Amino acid sequence: MTTTTSPTPTTTAGPDPRGPAAGPTRAFLAVLWRDLYVTGRELPVFLAQVVLQPLFLLFVFGKVLGDLGFTQPGYTRVLFPGIVALTAFVTGLQSTAFPLVIDFSFTKEIEDRLLAPLPVGMVAVEKVVFASLRALLAALVMLPVGVWILGSIPWRSSGVPLFVTVLILGCLVGSCLGMILGTAVPPNRINVMFALILTPLLFTGASQYPWASLDSLPWFQVVTALNPLTYVSEGMRAALVPEVPHMQPWVSVLVLVVTIVVSLAAGIRLFLRRAID
Amino acid sequence: MEGNGQMPVVEVHDLVKQYRKSKVNAVDGVSFAVRRGEVFGLLGPNGAGKTTTVGILTTRVRRTGGTARVSGVDVGVDPVRARSLVAVVPQRNNLDRSLSIRQNLLFHAAYHGVPAAERTRRADALLEEFGLAERANDKPDMFSGGQAQRVMVARALMHAPEVLFLDEPTTGLDPAARLFVWDRVRDLKARGVTIVLTTHDMDEATELADRVGIMDHGKLLALDTPAALTRGLPGRTTLEVAVVLNGTPPDDLLAELGALDGVERVERVAAAGPPGGWPPMGGAMGGPPAGPPAGPPAAAVAQRELRARLYLAGDAPLLVAPVAAVVAAHQAQLTDVTIGAPSLEDVFIALTGRALR
Repeated sequence: MTTTTSPTPTTTAGPDPRGPAAGPTRAFLAVLWRDLYVTGRELPVFLAQVVLQPLFLLFVFGKVLGDLGFTQPGYTRVLFPGIVALTAFVTGLQSTAFPLVIDFSFTKEIEDRLLAPLPVGMVAVEKVVFASLRALLAALVMLPVGVWILGSIPWRSSGVPLFVTVLILGCLVGSCLGMILGTAVPPNRINVMFALILTPLLFTGASQYPWASLDSLPWFQVVTALNPLTYVSEGMRAALVPEVPHMQPWVSVLVLVVTIVVSLAAGIRLFLRRAID
Repeated sequence: MEGNGQMPVVEVHDLVKQYRKSKVNAVDGVSFAVRRGEVFGLLGPNGAGKTTTVGILTTRVRRTGGTARVSGVDVGVDPVRARSLVAVVPQRNNLDRSLSIRQNLLFHAAYHGVPAAERTRRADALLEEFGLAERANDKPDMFSGGQAQRVMVARALMHAPEVLFLDEPTTGLDPAARLFVWDRVRDLKARGVTIVLTTHDMDEATELADRVGIMDHGKLLALDTPAALTRGLPGRTTLEVAVVLNGTPPDDLLAELGALDGVERVERVAAAGPPGGWPPMGGAMGGPPAGPPAGPPAAAVAQRELRARLYLAGDAPLLVAPVAAVVAAHQAQLTDVTIGAPSLEDVFIALTGRALR
């Protein structure tokens, strides 16, 4: 066996022979690049996966029921911002929860990244950043999809700053909660998790109805107030359709920021427990 | 420690690990040091604490007590730095199934900050060397256990680690794949890579390791070269002889053989002894040397033939001539002589009172 071209171990035991370049930031970017690369290669599959559900919700509730006269004409203005919120939130949640359950419990693929020279907590943060980017893309794709299905979508340029803020927060909050699910749920419960957690989240998030109008159903108003998705939906309406009754935008933003901070901290803790014995 | 050049690459001192839900220590006060360029084996049954020890050294397991250092870096204090110094080939396939073999290597190096041109060069060289060049663009799920193992070793070398940890490198591999891994380890050693490997296979430890630490129940029971470990076993070198009696009473002959200088004990064994002569004892079902004396074969054969095993204090070859002389003096005929070297299995039995598997 010749040793001409193969890497040989360094023989110094002093400072890091790879120099300062092998820093955690660089490792973080490489790990993020891996995820983006894999998603980019499967972009059509990814989009089909995340856009199909909101597309059908939009089509059935916005187009079909409207055309049949079962919903009032203005309903699409209520529905569309809620569907964008739902897409951001759920895509973020699934983009952390699913891969983490599979990685930690079955394939162990993540081990190579857990052994990369960066703090393990940063691997968790990378998962959230990556999932949020996926969620952002999926939510933005809903804009042309909305135009295509509904003919037009509610849009106003003065609402764009709030729209962008709430959109980013919605992606992050979904991703952070997904990390908690992905690291806390045992693998044999994954089916149960999606039945018992995801489905209620979908329908208690004020995506299909404005929260303020739930006055007549107070218990449900309380339940929906516990779902972070409600604040994304309400924030979206404040940005795009202010004439529809909605929560004060600052309430939405504040609740989302607090939820992100708390759930990210909890998610990283759980991630560390799974990653290090 | 005699200066920097001799600083051990791996240093473990009084290492303790107690898992959260466990009452006993998985690793219980283990200390050892691995020199640069050495192949160090941790031998023990499943659950002995080998994998946990490797887990601590590779920062995937948090120690409960003691210290563990790699190239002077405390793995508990600076795990990020430690991770750039170690590489792990785990027991099971954890290759990235979304990436091709080549991309597995390239991304691994990218995580470790190896510059782009350099990682391409290394990946191509390693793929070539490991016979993977033609399958470089295949996905890992098409690979057999042995091939995946090969890819994981190549991946581990991409960031030129100070120490390579091989966790049960041949468990579950077919014999050919096993020999391939053994050859790889020898190559890596020749190249100067420091290797720590865990195994429950005594042949593997004997074949590959410069020094072997024998572990059981979280403790390191012995640590030395395989030769020194087996040499330390009195009465474990054996000489097995087969004799055609020609009418000599077997008990007389046995008594006289047992009285020879250097023979600690003699016992009669079944006529159909182990064919190869190594190891004559301590096989899969082996017990301590005082195992049940094998029952005599068919009476007729017993009267014509004797097989005896002599447990020796010293070197077996020196006793061949005296044994032959005793046999000749009884007008019997020596038909077979087999020297049995003690194995690490015997060392393990001597230390724990039970077989390795």
